[in-house]
Order: sequence, then C-alpha cells, then structure tokens
Amino acid sequence: MTDNLDNTIPTPCGTEDPGRIKDHFELFQTDEYKELFAYKRQFEGAHDPEKIAEIGEWTKSWEYREKNFARESLTINPVKACQPLGALFVAAGFEETLPYSHGSQGCVAYFRSHLTRNYKEPFQAVSSSMTEDAAVFGGLNNLKQGLENAYTLYKPKMIALCTTCMAEVIGDDIGAYIATAKNEGHIPEDFPVPCAHTPSFVGSHITGYDNMLKGILTTLTKDKKAETTNGKYNFNLGFDPYVGNTRELKRILDLFGIDHTILSDNSDAFDSPNTGEFKMYNGLTTLEAAGDSINAEGSFFFQKYTTPKSQEFLAKEGGQKTYNFRPFGIRGTDEFLMNLSTITGKPIPQELQVERGRAIDAMTDSQSWVHGKRVAVYGDPDHVITLINLLLEFGAEPVHVLTGTLNEPFAAEAREILAASPYGKDATVWCGKDLWHLRSLLFTEPVDLLIGNSYGKFLSRDTGTPLLRIGYPIFDRHHMHRYATLGYQGALNQITWLVNAFLEEADAKTGVVGQDISFDLIR
Amino acid sequence: MRQIAFYGKGGIGKSTTSQNTLAAMAELGQRIMIVGCDPKADSTRLMLHSKAQTSVLQLAAELGAVEDVELEQVLQEGYRGVKCVESGGPEPGVGCAGRGIITAINFLEEEGAYEDLDFVSYDVLGDVVCGGFAMPIREGKAQEIYIVVSGEMMAMYAANNIARGVLKYAQSGGVRLGGLICNSRNTDKEVELIEELARRLNTQMIHFVPRDNVVQHAELRRMTVNEYAPDSKQAKEYAALADKIINNKNLTIPTPISMDELEELLIEFGILDSDEKYQEALAQEEAATV
Repeated sequence: MTDNLDNTIPTPCGTEDPGRIKDHFELFQTDEYKELFAYKRQFEGAHDPEKIAEIGEWTKSWEYREKNFARESLTINPVKACQPLGALFVAAGFEETLPYSHGSQGCVAYFRSHLTRNYKEPFQAVSSSMTEDAAVFGGLNNLKQGLENAYTLYKPKMIALCTTCMAEVIGDDIGAYIATAKNEGHIPEDFPVPCAHTPSFVGSHITGYDNMLKGILTTLTKDKKAETTNGKYNFNLGFDPYVGNTRELKRILDLFGIDHTILSDNSDAFDSPNTGEFKMYNGLTTLEAAGDSINAEGSFFFQKYTTPKSQEFLAKEGGQKTYNFRPFGIRGTDEFLMNLSTITGKPIPQELQVERGRAIDAMTDSQSWVHGKRVAVYGDPDHVITLINLLLEFGAEPVHVLTGTLNEPFAAEAREILAASPYGKDATVWCGKDLWHLRSLLFTEPVDLLIGNSYGKFLSRDTGTPLLRIGYPIFDRHHMHRYATLGYQGALNQITWLVNAFLEEADAKTGVVGQDISFDLIR
Repeated sequence: MRQIAFYGKGGIGKSTTSQNTLAAMAELGQRIMIVGCDPKADSTRLMLHSKAQTSVLQLAAELGAVEDVELEQVLQEGYRGVKCVESGGPEPGVGCAGRGIITAINFLEEEGAYEDLDFVSYDVLGDVVCGGFAMPIREGKAQEIYIVVSGEMMAMYAANNIARGVLKYAQSGGVRLGGLICNSRNTDKEVELIEELARRLNTQMIHFVPRDNVVQHAELRRMTVNEYAPDSKQAKEYAALADKIINNKNLTIPTPISMDELEELLIEFGILDSDEKYQEALAQEEAATV
C-alpha cells in the first residue's frame, strides 16, 4: 500500500488540518459551510430573511390560528404513528416470536429504526419484501417464500404477521395465504402464524397494537378453553413505551402474591442485558401462558382506548370479567390496588402503603412549585388521561389536551375529568389534531410547560415553552424508557420530573448575571 | 345465516337477476341483506325504487373518514324489508374500487350490520380480478357463489375465470360454488351449452331464466318482477330459482377449465369454428383478394 501524499482533494472538514474530523456542531458553523448554504439559497427559491421573519411573526397570531384550525386535508407533525408499529411492538413480547410485516422492505425498516431510536436496542423483524411485481400479482408468493425463509433461518416458535398499506390496498387475503403456505409445506401445519390487518390509513399505532394482540390471542387460545379457570389474572398495559412499567407491575403483583400472565411482556425485548452474547428473542410471555390466558379468572386492561377488540375477545370467548384501571398517579393507583384487593381477595401489601406515603410526601414537598402552573399535554388517549389525572392531583392546570386520533368517548371522558376539578375548568380537549395545531395554541394561549414526546422540541424552541419528555418516542434523551411511571413508584418518578422541570425553568429565567436576585441555591 | 354472492360478467344482468331472485326469497319469508359491491352502486335500486342509494364510500368521502359514518345513514330498508347497502367506489379513473369494497365490508362488520339475518347477498363485478373484489369470498364471508352467465362466449369466459377465483379460496377457506344461473340471451343451444359448462366446472346449472320483456318493464319502474307483475310467468321463474337457492345442497369445489378447453367446447357446440375451418376461411379470403 502506498501513502497518498498528494492529498489535494478538498475535504469538507476544512483545509487546515484534514486529519482532525470535526463533528457537525462545529463543522456546519465554519465559514466554508456558511458560504455554501448562502450560495444554495438561489436554487431553493428561498425568500429573503425579512419576509421569513414577517411570516414567522404572523404564524403566532390568532388570525393564523383560525386559518390553521380550518385546515382539512393536511397533517403537519402528526401525534401518531402507523398501525404496524404497534403490531410489531406487541408481538415482540411473546416467547421466541418473530414479528413479520407483509409489505415492502421500507416499511419494516421504518418500524425497526423507530423502535431502535427510542430504546437504543436492536429490534428484529422481517418483511415480505414486496416490490412492484407483488403489487400487480399479489403478495402470495412473497409471503410463502418469506414465511419459509424466516422459519428456516431464524427458527422462531411463532411468527406474528401484520400487513402494510400496499398489501391492504391490493387486498391480499393473508388468512388464506397463510393457510396456503401451510398446505404447500412451506411451514409446518401446526406452526402458529397469527395475523392482523393493519392498514396505516386507518387509526394509528394503538389500533395496530389491538389488532395484532387480538390476532395472537385468537390463534394461541384456539381449542384451549377449559371447563374451569386457571386461577390466574391477565394484565395488559397497552402501547406503554416504559419497560419499567411492566417490571413495576410484576413487582406489585408478586408483593400481592397474584398468579398472573402479562399479555405481551416486551420489557426484555426492548431492554435486554448486554451479556456479550446475542440473543435474538427476548419476549417474556410464553406461548403456553398466552394460550391459557383464555381460562383466567379475569383480565385487566390499562389502556381501554387502545385495546377494545382484545378486551372484547377475552370477555366474549373466554367468558371472563375484564377490568379497566389506570394505575398511574396517586388516585389511579389507589383505585387499582383497592379493586385488585377486592377482586382477588388479597390484602394490599404493607410495602405499597409505605410507598404511597412517600409519593404523597414528595408531592406535598413540591406542590408549591407546581400549583397553578399552566400545562399543555399531547399523546395517545389513555396516556394523556393518566397525565391530566396526575397534573390535577398535583395542583397544576391542564390547558391544552391534544391527541392525534379522533376518539369521541375519550374526549368525553377527558372533559368529564377536567370539569370535575377546579384546576381543569379552563382546559380544552382537542382530538384528531397535530403538533402544528398545538403550535398555534401555544402562541395564542401560552403555558408554563409542555409534556409530550421528542417531536415537541420544535414547539418548545419556537414558543419558548420548556418541554418535559413523557411519551413515545423519546429519541433525543437516553434511558427514559427504563423508568416506571406506573404505581406509586412511577408517580414518584413523574412528580420528580415535573417539579424539576419547573425548577430548571426557574434557573434558566433567573440566571442572568447582574439580574440574578432570584437565582437561588435553595428552591 | 348464509352468505351468498352473485358474480358474473359486467352487463350480464347480475344485479337484475340477483334482486329479482332475492325479492322472491324475501317473499318466502327470508330475512335478507344485500351488499352491493359494484362501484356503479346499482345493486339495490329495484329494491329501493330509487336511482342509487347513498353509498358507504360516498358518505365517507363527504365526512372525511369512514369512522364518521353511522350505519343507519347507509343502511336502507327496501321491498319486503330487505336491507340494502351499497359499498360504492371512486370516480372512474382515480383511486381503488377494490379497496373500497374492503373498507365497506369491514365497516358493516364493525357496525354489527350482520345480525338477525337469514341471507346476506353480495353483488360483485366478475371481470375485475383484484383482491378487493375477492373480499366477499374470503374466509368467514360468502360461502356460496352463484355465477350469472349466458350462452355468449365472453360471459362463459368470465364464468370460468370466477370459478378459478373460487378455487383459489376454496382450499384455504370454505367457499363453494353453488351453481350457474343462466340468464338467457336466446343464443343457440344455450341450455345444453351451459349445462355442459356446468358439468365441466363440477357444478350445476341451478336454473335457466328465460328472456322476458316483463323484466325490462319492471326495471323501468325501478321494481322487481315480483312486485311489478307478481302473477307473471317470469315471477314464477324467479320464485323457482329462489326456492332452489334456499334448498341448495349441491355446493362444490369448482374445476375450472383451460382456455383451450373452453374454445373446444364452443367449437363442439358450433359457436366457434375450429382452427382448420378458420384457416380455410382465411385462405379463401386471401385468394379472393389476390
């Protein structure tokens, strides 16, 4: 190998020292790049900076807000993701299950990277690799080949199959396709392949979660209905991005001594330990336990707007009692634990009562910083309800409550909760809106804090509202998903985050040298 | 509840035959729902005495999303209490009619339209082959397919194609062919030809519906024959067909034939000339022009 001594090709790293690689924080601030960006403006049809500033100002007005809310056929920065994302998310919680997306490569690549960016964890899923041929002739051949390859290469115990937009538009009948693949011997007859129709032009990721869970339950519980119950209870957390919540729930149930099945325990799938050895499958719900879930005493669903079909399935086919509780915040956890105790006949463990005391103590210590603060909240329906419950019991005032999907029963419930509290009376619930709508709301009716996922950072920057990241996805902060938000421990975490968000803001506002009379050491 | 579907080449008289038959079935006391799966949305006009009812997709387009549509806005009750729904579809030249059918049928299921019924009948275009048009014969939907056909070559070609579609779904799901309904066009040896086609497709010609102008007269008044001329000969034909469908036990997995076989069949019945004759004719023509 010869050294390239005549290194005359200009590098974007600058000419002074080609050996020193600048990162993008520094690189794009160099004169060369500044000139380059300025030069490119002529090809971009860019408006002059004054005009941009003028329009920017106008977007802050009430006039613009009205125009913005009259928008019909355009979504800007949606507060939702697409159905298969939820389907793959729930499938990952089952024992040695390979999530399979029947569609093009691009779809599954998007779901995988989306999950990986949140959890900083590899996520395995396969696709039918459909191309234009499949769009014309149907995806049957791709599916047969895909199932055979996936089964042979990755040796799963189950393949959970969902569709994508392309397969749905051309009308692929996946139920029949799977049967055909089995008849033709591509996969064994008794190999479980639950499936779900998950077109992304309908509903959102929570709809996909429900469709897939129902599909999995339908497949695994087939012919498993017994004469007697198995004495266990099923628990489902819905599309809950916090793996800490599943772990916290299991801890609570173990303290109670309740025999349970978590329907889709994906806590290890999204947080597997680094032992130096790669383990492909980390779903913790065994197929046997999932199959036996139909014989449980009862089932608890923590996100009733996420899982209506799965809940109906267990109620109808299993003949079970199903319950909806939201064990978040103080009151939500109280209600869950007291009912759990009544339903199972087991007393509430002393340890949990102590934890409740600690959470209450923390809340009273901090409430003076939170009381009367105006807050905007966005996210999935059930998630948003748990947050407004916590805010109201903490004395904060929810002002804007926004979700990306239309859901009238949710809106009615949220309005009822808000109306029942003096802190919630000024709140407005917005359904089927996006973050560009929220931007107008924040400009015209400002708040002290914004709570939501990472996408809110642009609103936070534009409007100068601090953002507290609770939700999914959180791409730009690490490890948040390992915390619990559930139970009293979870309440304590959220109390901590909330009050500290206000304290950070207090420091940021008062920490101006020369005008720092309130820049206090003790808060 | 039995779910049946009428398939057939466009213009064969599918909607007319199905509505006249279903009206006769309703008269025999059956509780029926018609799900029109034709973007033309004309599968229920004789029942409702109206031009075309508001379809699921038409309303969904107006309201913005199918989630906003309420069942009672699109479900109408027609002649003899027959429930009528039209899936509808996009404007010609845009969009995807097949997806429209999927959307509409999913909507009906979710809204609980399939309750307290003896028969659900789908009326589907036969010469379109995309997955959406196969929706009514998927698992858990129509179990019996009736193909409306005539002695014309293209109608038979379409019938054979539909049999291929049914075969595809017969092995994985439970769909079966219930029979061919010959809607007469007064072509030569029509009965024999369709009976032979039925035999080769491993099914039956369930009924031969003769051509009668009373059908057109009734149609002009947006009525079924059963309503317009209940005592006519034609009304009795439809009543006979209705009775046969209600009591049909002859449900089979079809054995579609190849294109060559279909042509041979037509040659056999003198509808097409054989290849040799065709070549002869060509040669004669050439000789004449030289």
